[in-house]
Amino acid sequence: MKGIIGKKIGMTSIFSPDGKQQSCTIIEAGPCVVTQVKTQEVDGYTALQLAFGEKKEKNTTSAEKNHFAKANTSPKKFVKEFRNYSLEKNIGETVTAEIFAEGEKVDVVGTTKGKGFQGVVKRHGFSGVGDATHGQHDRQRAPGSLGNSSDASRVMKGMRMAGRMGAERVKVKGLKVLKIFPEKNYILVSGSVPGHNGSIVYIQK
Amino acid sequence: MNAAVAFVHEQLTAGKQHPNFKAGDNVTVNYKIVEGGKERIQGFRGDVIKRQGQGATASFTVRKISDGVGVERTFPVNSPNVESIELNKVGKVSRAKLFYLRERSGKSARIKEKRMK
Repeated sequence: MKGIIGKKIGMTSIFSPDGKQQSCTIIEAGPCVVTQVKTQEVDGYTALQLAFGEKKEKNTTSAEKNHFAKANTSPKKFVKEFRNYSLEKNIGETVTAEIFAEGEKVDVVGTTKGKGFQGVVKRHGFSGVGDATHGQHDRQRAPGSLGNSSDASRVMKGMRMAGRMGAERVKVKGLKVLKIFPEKNYILVSGSVPGHNGSIVYIQK
Repeated sequence: MNAAVAFVHEQLTAGKQHPNFKAGDNVTVNYKIVEGGKERIQGFRGDVIKRQGQGATASFTVRKISDGVGVERTFPVNSPNVESIELNKVGKVSRAKLFYLRERSGKSARIKEKRMK
């Protein structure tokens, strides 16, 4: 596995040489600093800890300061471990967008936009009542029956109801890397990725 | 537009240069079409009735009257299939979108040409 921490910038579209227009998302990926190398002998598993994004010195605890000082780097805002990293990296080295190649298929992990408290039509795709007349009054988007009558005398577990929606971790698989701008650390991946502009995403393969 | 998005747009649109045109102008769009495995260039001449979008995703719509029937085509400005755009006439209009031309025909559907000094 290889991966990098990035920031979602926004969306645009790109043309293929034969003229097909493809929507894509711009992600500012890295540069990330390797802040810790976890090994089988010491930690029981192998992983690489990457850090991304500047953070003010006054907002950093002394424990964090020392941790980043070990990697000879300034305090970073986001830290993430990638298990079984396929590239050989030492502590203090940087990981850039160039670990990916154009045309490669990657997975992007992000946190979706929070939608707040939503009804069943938006949250679970219920179709609503469907009729505006025939005795219906003020219940176009109602969930309908929750279950049986006396035989259960309770609502079954897992019954889909209204509630909080969004703001959850989602992985989008198989997005294509369309273009890389190494001088600015931008990666253009096909389609959309979870979250609002400026949110943190993980690109991994 | 976000500065980072603007940078990407700049990179993507580098290359072909088209003349500046706006709604009301008369243009010829030369675009590539694939016909039976062969590629050739076809022209589409008409009035620009709208320009839409910005940067790499910008597009424009051209309207012409073909055999008495109104035909509209929308082209992405930066598509590799748009070979070239020729500016034939600069029109004098007071709107950015000329959708009112759809309800008009004949004399009232004409666009005044701008006098160049």
